Amino acid sequence: MSDNLREQLVLLPDYFQGHLLLTLISLSLGIIISIPLGVWAAQSKIVKRPLLTAVSIIQTFPSVAILAMVVALLGGQIGLVPAIIALVLYSMLPIVRNTVTGLETVADEVVEAARGIGMSSNQILTKVRLPLALPVIIAGIRTAAVWTVGVATLSTLVGATSFGNYIFTGLQTSNLVSVTVGSLAAALMAIVLDSIIGGIQWLTEQRNQKSSTRKFKQVKFIVITAVLLGGSFSAYSLLPEPKADFVIGGKAYTEQYIIAGLLATELEAAGFTVDQRIGMGTEVLYTATANGTVDVYLEYTGTVWANIMNNSHNPGRKVVLESVTDFVKGKDGMINVGTLGFQNRYALAMRKDRAQELGIVSIEDMIPLADGLIAAGDLEFFGRLEWITLRDTYNIDFAEKLTFDSTLMYTAVNEGQVDLITAYTSDGRVAAFDLQIIEDPRNSMLPYDSFLLASSRAAENNRFVEIMQTLVNQISDLEMREANRLVDVEGRSVSDAIAYLQTIIHE
Amino acid sequence: MIELKNLQKTFDNGATYAVANTSFSVEKGELLGLIGESGSGKTTTLKMINRLEEPSSGEVYVNGQNVLASNPEELRRNIGYVFQGIGLFPHYTVAENVAAVPQLLGWDDNRVKLRCQETLKMVGLPVEEYGARYSSQLSGGQQQRVGVARALASEPDVILMDEPFGALDPITRAELQEEFKRIQTNLNLTVIIVTHDMTEALLMADRIAVMKDGEVLQIGTPQELLNKPEHEYVKKMVDMPKRRADRLEKLVHSS
Repeated sequence: MSDNLREQLVLLPDYFQGHLLLTLISLSLGIIISIPLGVWAAQSKIVKRPLLTAVSIIQTFPSVAILAMVVALLGGQIGLVPAIIALVLYSMLPIVRNTVTGLETVADEVVEAARGIGMSSNQILTKVRLPLALPVIIAGIRTAAVWTVGVATLSTLVGATSFGNYIFTGLQTSNLVSVTVGSLAAALMAIVLDSIIGGIQWLTEQRNQKSSTRKFKQVKFIVITAVLLGGSFSAYSLLPEPKADFVIGGKAYTEQYIIAGLLATELEAAGFTVDQRIGMGTEVLYTATANGTVDVYLEYTGTVWANIMNNSHNPGRKVVLESVTDFVKGKDGMINVGTLGFQNRYALAMRKDRAQELGIVSIEDMIPLADGLIAAGDLEFFGRLEWITLRDTYNIDFAEKLTFDSTLMYTAVNEGQVDLITAYTSDGRVAAFDLQIIEDPRNSMLPYDSFLLASSRAAENNRFVEIMQTLVNQISDLEMREANRLVDVEGRSVSDAIAYLQTIIHE
Repeated sequence: MIELKNLQKTFDNGATYAVANTSFSVEKGELLGLIGESGSGKTTTLKMINRLEEPSSGEVYVNGQNVLASNPEELRRNIGYVFQGIGLFPHYTVAENVAAVPQLLGWDDNRVKLRCQETLKMVGLPVEEYGARYSSQLSGGQQQRVGVARALASEPDVILMDEPFGALDPITRAELQEEFKRIQTNLNLTVIIVTHDMTEALLMADRIAVMKDGEVLQIGTPQELLNKPEHEYVKKMVDMPKRRADRLEKLVHSS
């Protein structure tokens, strides 16, 4: 077994528990809410149409969007609660719809017979219509279960542990083994759950004919065992776990995984317990830190300046850093513990030989040559503030401006198909392809200084602040680039990259 | 006994009447055949007796009690009802189907169990052999026997039957007709059977009411209908079984 696979399998119990718990709780709540709604809709024409429309509309929303909206509605709360709410909303359509269909398809003559022998409408519902609709309702639950297992992988994005941790980490760190383990585990869980609920469905369908056969009894035994196991597992998982001293957050790309891991290692070495929640978006992380669900994560000055403070000008690196530090403290009581030293901003980059050939060191050198140069940007660059500022500051435009996926962009410049690209300064591929970052003497590019953003609660802990400060200004662009390169280009594990950074910091 | 007074039913606010101005009564222990073609109003009339349909006007008395003044669910629990197309609950066993009404009436378990045994025996389906089966495991005739047992279970003295034997093959139908007639006589039940089969009515009923277009054309004993039909329609209805009987008799004697 490869080291990589072994490393992934160590995480399995934790991710399995998270995923199963999310699925079982969401599905149970989904059932408890959806069946009564379905019954209500089947009784009342006024309710039926709007309700079915509403649950259908929820279903058409991308699941990521629902997760994001729930987090926003809960005021930035992350973790199990928003994930469960989103999953419950998502599970409703098949259960509500099948409950309505199941109740409506009970034969009229059976309902009339129930009335005729003197059952009240409640008795007709509970003794006749619901039992007869049960196989159809369970078929709906079965569909919902498979959906829930699938969508639960996205809960990682709002900081709830699931098999999605494998998938998102794997995608961001080019770790195919991790992606495969996560996908297979989720698929397997879906199949097992589908079979168990399929078994329940079979039992309810066959109960009128075959309840005395051996097969029926065997299926019943297996299903009951599985349900009891699932139930006791959920109860056990819900027992309060000892809460970690600090929660470390992270966005969904390699650099974030490495720095979060580094923070965790440093804190654990000092005797603290930590919990890592990696793979979230900027908005989610920022609010989670503001409300104290997350204690610390790696943020960039330009991100807060442009995306949170909504600024569209560039007053220079120092002013941006100062404004951001004041802003996070003033508005949400958060602390900028310190910059790490490297930036992850946009920069123009060229192959070294090509730059030498043309005699280009800074963007100013490019001005007379620009109408002969082909530039390639990532999917956003030429639509961003950075490009407009660059163009206007240097009064420069290129012969051609192509747009690429970032991976293809690097390949294109390496193979000489384009002259320059819009690289990211800490990107491992800059090191891998030995690209030259073109200087920006007029500071046209928005600065993206990396810094540790901590919650007010964490910042009150002196020992925590001390440990964090040992990292301040210890990692240069070059070193971060190298750490990223180890993971992204060489396919080494995140822990290798962390070990590399530690040797630099503690030398 | 059952008494209908000027009973009317309209489904379109009085533009047309499914049942118009119908009055008749059924004595205690009497079996009345209510006959007519589809759309004649016979089933609607039957359903107004236990308020499966609400009368538009008129009155119904069952054992002297005004049904419109009683709780419809309690009323139905105390009147046996045998459904067209049987209407057993597919998710209940035979025993559970029969026990349904006594349980609704709140009988204790022991009494329910004894009554189940009793009624199933009465219709020729011993509970030991048939009690645990589901209706899908029974023949059509057996299903309707359960239907009859269910109607008898709460010890009603009034039973309403809506084309109870219509879906059965001729031999099973004849058997059940005879058996039911015997049970009815033994228990002295007051019964209305809705049917479109004049032979069935003639052979089972003490009196027959012929309905057409929502009205009762004639009510009388089988002999009265056969010998003194008061309407052309009634004459046509009784002529068919009469001609058949004559032909059969000739066949028997010619051999």
